[in-house]
Amino acid sequence: MFSALANPARFMAFSRWAAPILGVIAAGLIGAGLWLGLNAPPDYQQGETVKIMFIHVPAAWVAMLAYACLGGASFVSLVFRHALADAAAKAVAPLGAAFTGVALVTGSLWGRPMWGAWWVWGDARLVSVLVLFLLFLGYMALRASIEDEAKGARAAEILALVGLINLPIIKYSVEWWNTLHQGESIMRAGGPALAPVYLTPLLLVGAGYCAAFGALWLERIRAEVWRRRATSLALRAALA
Amino acid sequence: MITVLSVEDLALQRGERVLFRHLGLRVAAGEAVALTGSNGAGKTSLLRAIAGFIRPIEGRIAFEGAAGALPADDARRAGCHLVGHQDGLKPGRRARDELLFQARWHGGTAPGALAAAERLGLTRLLGLEVRVLSAGQRRRLALARLIASPRPLWLLDEPLAPLDAASRTLFGILMAEHLARGGLIVAAVHDPLPIAARTVGIAA
Amino acid sequence: MNVVAVLARRELSLAWARGGGALLAVGFFVAAALMLPLALGPAPERLAGVSGGVTWVVLSLASLLSLDRMFERDFEDGALDLLALGPLPLEIVASVKCLAQWTVSGAPLAIAAPVVAVGLGAPVASAPMILVAAALGGLAFAFLGGTGAALALASRRGGLLIAVVVLPLLTPPVIFGGAAIANFTAGLPWGGALSLLAAYALGCVALTPFAMAGACRNAQS
Repeated sequence: MFSALANPARFMAFSRWAAPILGVIAAGLIGAGLWLGLNAPPDYQQGETVKIMFIHVPAAWVAMLAYACLGGASFVSLVFRHALADAAAKAVAPLGAAFTGVALVTGSLWGRPMWGAWWVWGDARLVSVLVLFLLFLGYMALRASIEDEAKGARAAEILALVGLINLPIIKYSVEWWNTLHQGESIMRAGGPALAPVYLTPLLLVGAGYCAAFGALWLERIRAEVWRRRATSLALRAALA
Repeated sequence: MITVLSVEDLALQRGERVLFRHLGLRVAAGEAVALTGSNGAGKTSLLRAIAGFIRPIEGRIAFEGAAGALPADDARRAGCHLVGHQDGLKPGRRARDELLFQARWHGGTAPGALAAAERLGLTRLLGLEVRVLSAGQRRRLALARLIASPRPLWLLDEPLAPLDAASRTLFGILMAEHLARGGLIVAAVHDPLPIAARTVGIAA
Repeated sequence: MNVVAVLARRELSLAWARGGGALLAVGFFVAAALMLPLALGPAPERLAGVSGGVTWVVLSLASLLSLDRMFERDFEDGALDLLALGPLPLEIVASVKCLAQWTVSGAPLAIAAPVVAVGLGAPVASAPMILVAAALGGLAFAFLGGTGAALALASRRGGLLIAVVVLPLLTPPVIFGGAAIANFTAGLPWGGALSLLAAYALGCVALTPFAMAGACRNAQS
């Protein structure tokens, strides 16, 4: 299916209807999930504030997914030298950074009533997400600071792949670090257990977030393709 | 050992600009080609594409040896000298150390390097740091590696620009000797070369 | 003469000259570490508690700053083209450069690290582990930092850009090294952390040259 989409014209035609439909699906799933979740009984330990999890946890999932997409698109662009793959990589980075930011902010808000602090280093997942945020920022900074677009794209691809290979090691090292300092952290290893009544709404919202991510990503790729076309048209007009 | 360089239907792009299309060129052992064209036409880019730094958007660049086609990467790494606008010389190092490194790096020997320095009139200057040399002296030092570590294909980007008349004549003799030994020369120039060469114009 | 040895000798002498070499790196290391007691106050217990960690952090910064123009100088004066058209693949050239950097800057920093840490209040008994961790970590910093330097070539902007790109990637060696030092000091088993650090450093040595060569070729194109 992806090779069929590789043709830019076909991709634009596909994404024209696919993006809005994904958006509608996303709205539906998130709406249903949140309705179920907010109506579920409050946690005996955390009360109503546990419900922030419905916004926070899927955002963290999508943040990881976004980086995987960044790595995948970069790999395709590097190996097959496909301009559309490069546009996809460029488009996904700020989106991934945004989801990561949401995960960090909501994670902090979730932690506040539970642990009394705005930020807790004892949550391994939160720390990994912070490092992930910095990886996105590094990618965007590198890309933005190279004026030549083609060279910037290539350098960013290499960085994305280096980051992708590093990411599991970073995750592992942060969790390892967390268990090492377990006595000092106020969180139980693995975090609070998830009650089954919360699982269904969480999965619904998670699926909704993925659909939203897909819709937004397709839209951003379209915008990037349009921008590139406009630039080359302007250049051709100027040189003619 | 490269005996033929062939460029077929080549198109190069820098940034958003296509420099030229459908460029063809064939250089055999003992031949020299002078690339001419206005500034920005793509002479330097063509030399760098032959050296393997720039990937063409169309066409191909191929190398042949006595026994047939040579893999491009091996041909470049073992058979090619590129002398660009910059000399590749480290300003803070002594001329002698830079020359010896460049010679050895390209497969030459220390005695060969010193003989090349002698040939180019650099022996007095070898003890100095590169940054105190004049532009012409630095260019001669950079050109010394062509003699110190022989390789068949010379890709030269305005090699004579900083040289004085006597040095140009000398280098002309060195180029003629190189061609007589079966070497190939592709040089981007604004003025005519001091040796017989075919002229190829680069234009959009 | 062996071509690798020829290149190594030159890179070592260039690394020595680059940015004042070892002396500047160690100077920065000490000057930055000095900030800690100035900022925290002289109370020994407070300093001692963070001495190992702060030493480790400032070490990583000193390593990064000292390789700032590792590729850029060669790129600017045309030497990178020369190195790419030589008998060795660019990947090996990049490795030799990073190894030279580690030898010239990393080794003195590794020797300075226990001195600085003890000066900040770490127990003298932890000095050997700090030395070993700094040496291994320095290897990872040199190769990952080299990758950042090569990637930033096309932008002509060194220093901060390289740091922003490379620092998140340094998470594993910083964690493993810090843990090794902390455990050693506390008398807990440190073998696991040290092996993880060593494995990570060797992994960098093996894999990052490909990224560095790719980034250099990108900048040269």
